[in-house]
Parts: sequence; structure tokens; C-alpha cells
Amino acid sequence: MSRLAVPKTYKLYINGAFPRSESGRTYEIMRADGGFLANVAKASRKDARDAIVAARGAVGGWGGATAYNRGQVLYRIAELLEGRRAQFVAEIEEAEGVSRAVASAQVDESIDRWVWYAGWADKFAQVAGNANPVAGPYFNISVPEPTGVVAIVAPQDSSLLGFVSAVAPALVAGNSVVVVASERYPLSAISLAEVLATSDVPKGVVNVLTGSTAEIAPWLASHSDVNALDLVGAGDLDWLSLEVAAADTLKRVLRPESGPDAAAPALGRISAFTETKTVWHTKSLR
Amino acid sequence: MATAFPSGRSSLEIKLADTAEAVAAGADEIDMVIDRGAFLAGRYGEVFDQIAAVKEACRRPDGTAASLKVILETGELVTYDNVRRASWLSILAGGDFIKTSTGKVQPAATLPVTLLMLEVVRDWHLLTGQRIGVKPAGGIRASKDAIRYLVTVAETVGEEWLVPHLFRFGASSLLNDVLLQRQKMTTGHYSGPDYVTID
Amino acid sequence: MSFLEYAPAPESRAILNLRDRYGLFIDGEFVDGRGTPFQTISPATEERIAEIANANEADVADAVAAARRAYDRTWSRMSGRDRGKYLFRIARLVQERARELAVAESLDNGKPIKESRDVDVPLVAAWFFYYAGWADKLDHAGLGANPRSLGVAAQVIPWNFPLLMLAWKIAPALAAGNTVVLKPAETTPLTALIFAEILQQADLPPGVVNIITGAGDTGAALVSAEGVDKVAFTGSTAVGRAIAKEIAGTDKKATLELGGKAANIVFDDAPIDQAIEGIVNGIFFNQGHVCCAGSRLLVQENIHDEVVERLKLRLSTLRLGDPLDKNTDIGAINSKEQLERIRELSDIGVAEGADRWSAPCVIPENGFWYAPTIFTNVQTSSRIAREEIFGPVLSVLTFRTPAEAIAKANNTPYGLSAGIWTDKGSRILAVADQLRAGVIWANTFNRFDPSSPFGGYKESGYGREGGRHGLAAYLSPAPIGQSALSRPASRAAVESADAAAAPKSRRAVRSSTRTAKTATKGSKR
Repeated sequence: MSRLAVPKTYKLYINGAFPRSESGRTYEIMRADGGFLANVAKASRKDARDAIVAARGAVGGWGGATAYNRGQVLYRIAELLEGRRAQFVAEIEEAEGVSRAVASAQVDESIDRWVWYAGWADKFAQVAGNANPVAGPYFNISVPEPTGVVAIVAPQDSSLLGFVSAVAPALVAGNSVVVVASERYPLSAISLAEVLATSDVPKGVVNVLTGSTAEIAPWLASHSDVNALDLVGAGDLDWLSLEVAAADTLKRVLRPESGPDAAAPALGRISAFTETKTVWHTKSLR
Repeated sequence: MATAFPSGRSSLEIKLADTAEAVAAGADEIDMVIDRGAFLAGRYGEVFDQIAAVKEACRRPDGTAASLKVILETGELVTYDNVRRASWLSILAGGDFIKTSTGKVQPAATLPVTLLMLEVVRDWHLLTGQRIGVKPAGGIRASKDAIRYLVTVAETVGEEWLVPHLFRFGASSLLNDVLLQRQKMTTGHYSGPDYVTID
Repeated sequence: MSFLEYAPAPESRAILNLRDRYGLFIDGEFVDGRGTPFQTISPATEERIAEIANANEADVADAVAAARRAYDRTWSRMSGRDRGKYLFRIARLVQERARELAVAESLDNGKPIKESRDVDVPLVAAWFFYYAGWADKLDHAGLGANPRSLGVAAQVIPWNFPLLMLAWKIAPALAAGNTVVLKPAETTPLTALIFAEILQQADLPPGVVNIITGAGDTGAALVSAEGVDKVAFTGSTAVGRAIAKEIAGTDKKATLELGGKAANIVFDDAPIDQAIEGIVNGIFFNQGHVCCAGSRLLVQENIHDEVVERLKLRLSTLRLGDPLDKNTDIGAINSKEQLERIRELSDIGVAEGADRWSAPCVIPENGFWYAPTIFTNVQTSSRIAREEIFGPVLSVLTFRTPAEAIAKANNTPYGLSAGIWTDKGSRILAVADQLRAGVIWANTFNRFDPSSPFGGYKESGYGREGGRHGLAAYLSPAPIGQSALSRPASRAAVESADAAAAPKSRRAVRSSTRTAKTATKGSKR
């Protein structure tokens, strides 16, 4: 007699908790072979709004933590992911209809990419910042700081690797994040949110919305309390209008990328979400 | 308790009347709160005069005086420079005891703030030979925290201050924690809140 | 000021799981040394802790050969990503066994448990964490794309921060792709040997790190061994000099972190209680066994008397005693030899006419102890103002103007560190500009961080440890024309490619470059 499974409920991840959409809506995720896999929350504009409030509330603590602390917290997430590797592999096999080998490769690369980014936390300021040799008796230093709240439309063709590739770099610099997962493959994002909820990442630092990207993205793009907009996964949307909406509050915008190298690991993905602060101080012996 | 507790914002006449009444009724100690509004606005002379006037009102006809405890409300003073300045001001104006807080404002007493106040008291003693008392109040719940304060006192101003007329805790739940610790020392196992009374 | 009686608060030794005898850690295993073993003792009680193996020249050669094999076959072929993963594992294991390591360090070295637990061991973990993240990012180290590792690093470390100095050496070396033979100090081998056990738990490939215990001659043999590409030494300037002479003319690259006689400059506008804490920390932290100790107090003349008075008051509250007691501020002097050196120089100070004052500590009967001591009325030419004492002894001098403070601070062959105490930011920065010292602390002292480069000017050594700059010690830029290529599979392959590139004709050069390309195709980055 085979054992009856206990299916999983997939909800949103906002401010460290897992609420259903305030609209009560869900949508179906089907297996690759057509069978029912899960109902997933269909986020509304109010969920997006709540997520942004949560992200703003968290940015002071996360951005104010030492880089070393952020690196440690992010590395620990990789440890947790490694422990849950089998779960993530199985989920991807079912959702994407790929072989175990392909799913495993995606999970392994996701974990390793997360580690790569974690290792940047306490060193990218040394590469992106510097002292400036100004012509006068002044000490002058430029340092990168987090831009604040980053809204992200995650790559749509990938369950986990695309999601990780978009979220990790924003976190490294000390930003908090509101991310819309892949509409077709959202489950891994929520499972990753479970990992985040049991890690040392403070609540509100990462917020995950699932649902219609076309419906949610405009609300993120136009929200005045979002500092940067990563449209890496918005290639199939009317992303031009999103960029126009973002221009109203002069958000920093990253454009869509497609193909297997979308959101490839790069130092530029970290610095895209930082502001450079330059400080002067007089020097005098008198 | 006198002088427009806890905000310290009332006219000087009222504060003095309060004080004189309390002293006449037999009070040994008067607590006053400094006017933080005036202090933070830089009107130090005004704050000084108020403290000095209250101290005057503490005098009894027979020449003795009630002891004057000046509450700085360090949580509102915020910076260490302000705490140091307020401590000096209070002592110069005649305060016998300086106290961190009323307990109504967070943060209340902290170790760094108490250390600062002790340093002022130490320096005053080196200068004049006079011993001023210190009372950290609020936020000290565990016996372990209390011990940290006692060590700080001993290592900053010396053991002579570890007497009630020079050092006291303003703490309501601390006593129960001390009792719990003593229970563990007697019985050998950890105790619980049901084994101490709330009053 | 009288003194409160504190109940003893000993950190338990039960957490330790020590062996009675330790071997040399070569090629992933503990093996017997061929030299005469020696004992390591606790400097606080003089009790024996364990028997330590002694590496002779043959053992040194074995260790270097093991490091070479590991480099050629495993470590230089491994991706930076994987090297980083090993380093992350090590960092986590150090964190897991942090208490054990702290207790062992205090037991073997004599430093207070407060310091080993709260400063040394956390920094050790942090050092490995930091450099773990660099392993797969070397293109950004500042040496251009595809920098190369050097090969086998010979590392000799001192007894004052045993495990921390080990971390400062091993972490960047491994991150950069080198393998290591490390020799701990003779009097403090214990935490290095426990660390070797941690390496086994981390499953680090054998031979990547080799730890050989011994005395001065083991270190000398290691530095001059054939097959060593890089020498890293922290210790006295005298030995550093000898090493520099020994390897002159060879292909061995070296970094040296040597002694110091740092000036701690206190201006009259410094917040005085904080300055006192900084002076005390500067020279009495770790019993003054610190290369960057603020051993010369340069105090502005108009506050000299007040500062000295307050210093004496503060020193009277320091507790000297059992390093494993959590209340202890001042631990034991590391060895009888070091204690004699301190006493000798201290007596010279008195003979030179300075005024000596020591804190009234109760000195335990056994063990090696020296009470915190201040010398006033010191001349700039006094030996106690010039020579590194490496103990809890402070020499106090005065100055009148900032320029005089700077001149006096710089008037030394050393140049490791300095301290500046003032409320004026512009003064901090202007004075820092003119101090010839590699590390400058303003309104603080003895702050270390894996991301912050540390190292000296002049006879305090050369090279930096920590930060992006710390990687430069273990890398060289890619040869011209090869920075665009993917990382070579092994040093051997590179050497044959380079040799093949030597011929005179242009066509030969072009074809050999193509050979190098195909040899490296498919290797991981």
C-alpha cells in the first residue's frame, strides 16, 4: 500500500510570514505532463503594496548590519539550501518536467551562485569604493551604499536559478527586495522563501510574490517607495511602459535579459543597486 | 517625588512649593527631574538655577537638609556629552545624588551612561573630596546585570561607594530575580516565578 | 582605591580533548617527527600540557614535498569556487569549536580567556570567511585578470597570537591557490595541532596544509628548503633580517611582519577617559606581546601629569592571574625567556634614569608574570624608548606641538602602527598623513579585521596581511599575453608552455602560445 502524500500549500512570503493573497485568489500550477501540481497565491496590488512597506521597514536593519554579518547570513542560507537539496531537485523535476540530472544541475548551480554572491558582501566595497586623491588638504573617500528597496521581476523560464541570480546580488549590498517569481514556475521561489524564513535574514528583507507578472509589475514600477527596478524577467511584458512608469520617481532600472545567460553572475549586478557616497574631511595640523 | 515628576515642566514656584512641603512633612530625600527642554535648548544657566533653588528649599530650619536626588532622564539627553554635562551641572548646583531615569522613558539606565556618571562623580571627588551618589534606574532586571553595575562602581569610584547612601538601584523586578538566584543557590536547581511573590 | 574580592570564574578545561603526544601534520596525517620531541607547558602554572614532535631537515623536506604534490596534482587544478568551499568549511568548523580553541589558546599561550574567546578566535573564523569569498574572485584582486598562485608557501609564525597568525597566513595563501607548510612557534603549538584536526574534519585534500612543529632550526630549514616559492614570516626584526638575507637572490618571494615600537599620541583635547582606555589597551592587551603595541606614549606636555595619574588609577584595577579565569585582565608572560628579556630591559630603564611604577598586583607563585609597568621621565634616546620590549611596559614621553609629536613618532627604524587621540578630525587626518606607519588607529587601538590591510613600513617589514591587498602576497600577475586565457591546469603545464615560448623565432613563439591555449582549454576557472 503506497503512502498518501501530504501536499504542500504555497502562499506568499511577506514580512517574514506566509499569508494568502488578500484578494483570496489562486491559480493552478500544472505538472509538465498536464496533471495538477499545486494552487499558488495570485498576488494583488495590495499584496505588492504590503510587501513594499515590509521591505522599507527592513532596509535600515539589513543595510545597517556589518558586511561581515550579511555575508555570514547569506552563506548560512546556502548551507540550508544544501540540506534541502533533494526537495528542490524533486520540485524542479515535477514543475519543469526535466530529468533528475538537469534539475540537480540547476539546484547545484543555484547554491554555488548564492555562495559566490555571499562572498562578495564584505569585499565588494573594496573593489567599488576607494580613496580619491583630490587636489587639496582633504581626506576624500567614496563608498557604495545600498540603494534601498529593490523590486524585481524574476527570470520567467527558470524555477530556481533565475530567481537566485536576481535576488542574491540585490541582498549583498544591503538592499531589501520585493520579487515577483516566475509565473509559470513559482514553486521553488516559495520553497526558497521557507529557507529564508528559517535563516537569520530579518523579516521583510526578502518578500516573494507569486501571480500574474503583467498585473503586479506595473504597481511595483510605479510605487514611489521603490528605489530600483530590476526588469530582468520582464522581457515578455510591456517593459517599456514599466520603464516609463519608473521614470516618474527616477528609479534605477535594469532592463530585461533573455536566454540561458540571463542574470549571469556579475559584480555589476551588485553595484547596479548601490549608490556611491563621497565624503570629504579637512586635514590640518593647526 | 517632587518637582513636576516626570516631565520636569512646571513653573519653578510650583517645584519649590512642592519641595518645601515635602521637607516640612519630614522627607529625607527629594527627587527632582531636570527640565530637559531647557537643557536641550542650551539654557544651562536656567537648569542650574532651578536645581540650586530646589536644593535651597531642601534646607531645614535646624541647618540640616534633605538629600537632593537629581534625575537626568538620560534617555532624552541621548549623547554621552550631554549626560556628562548634565551630571556636572547637577553636582555643581548642589545635587547630592544623580539618577539616570524616571523609568518612564526608554532607554532608561545603561552601563555606558552609568559609567559616565560615575566618572564625573570620581572626578568631583578627586577635586573636592566630596562623595556624590549615583542611582541607575530602569531596565535592570537580572541579578547578573546588577553585578555588572556593582563591578563598574567598584572599579570606577571604588568600593566605598557600595553603600546605600552612595549607590542604589532603581529597579522593581530585580529583587525577585535576586530571590530566584538565591533559591537556586540553596536548592541546587532552577526556580520559577511561582516561587516568589509579585508584591 | 581598595579592591573588591571576585569569586573565581574559571572557564572549564573539560571542553578540551587533548592528546598526550602530537605528531607532525604532513600529507593529511599525523606522523612522528625525527627530531627530539619537546614539551609544551602552561606559562601560568608551568605544568606540562603535551609532548610535541620536532621536525628535522628530513621532515621539513617531506612536508615541502607533500605540499608540492598537493599543489601540482590537486590544489592548482581546483576551481576557485571549490577552494572557497573548503575555506568556508574551515571557517564554520572554527566557529563550531570556538570555545575549545579559545581554552586551548589561553592554556598554551597564557593570554586571558576574555581575549582568546572574544578577540582571537572570532577573528580566526572571520579571516577564513573573508578569504573563502576571494578564492573565486581573484580577477578583482587588483593584479589584473587571471593572476597566478605562487606555489608552495613556507610560513613561520610567532607565539603571541598563535591561531590568529596561523589564520592570517593560511587563509589568503589557500584562497589564492597556494599550498602551505606552516611552522608554529615552539612555545605555542597547541591550537595549530587542533586546527590540523579541524582540517581533517573539513576533508581538506592531503598535503594542501602541512603543520610541522619545532624550534628555530626547523623554521630556518623550512625557509631555506628547496621547492619553496614563497616565504611568509611574522616575528622579530632580527630573524626577519636573517630571512631576507637567506633568500636574497633566489626566486623566493617574501613578506615579513616584524617588530614595532609604536607611538600612541595623545593630544590635550582628547576625551581623557577614553584615551586612558586606549593607552591601557594599546600596551597591556595581550600582556603587551603585540608587534603593534602602543609601547611609547607620546602625551602632550600640558596634560602629562593628569594622564599619568589617571593611568596609575586605571592600572590599579587590572586583575593579573589565571588566564582561564574570566575576570582576568592580564595573563602570563609566554615563557621564561621572554620574562627575562622584559626584566632585563625594565632594569635597564631604571639604570638609564627613568622612573618606574608597577601596578600593585599579587603575583602567583608559579608561572611567568610581570605586572603592568609605566616608565616616566624617559629620554628619547633611552633604550626603553627605542627597543621593542614585547611586554607590559609603557614608556611615557612628551611633546608640545603636533609637528614635534610626528617627528618623535617617526624617529624610529620601526614603522608598524601608531595611535592618535584627539577630538579634532582634521588633526587626525593631517597627522595620519605624516606618520610613517602601516596601521594608524584614531581614537581607538588594536582593531583588526580581515578586510583591513595590516603591515609595516621600514624595519617593521614589508607586505600586507588582510584585505584585498593581502592577496598580493600570494599571487603574481598573469604573464603578458596570457591574461585572456583561462586559468592554466597546473604550474607544470605553465612551465612547459613558458619553456616552449622561449625559442627565438616568431613563428615558434606563436605556435607555442597556441600549444598553451590548447593545454588549458577545458580547465575550470
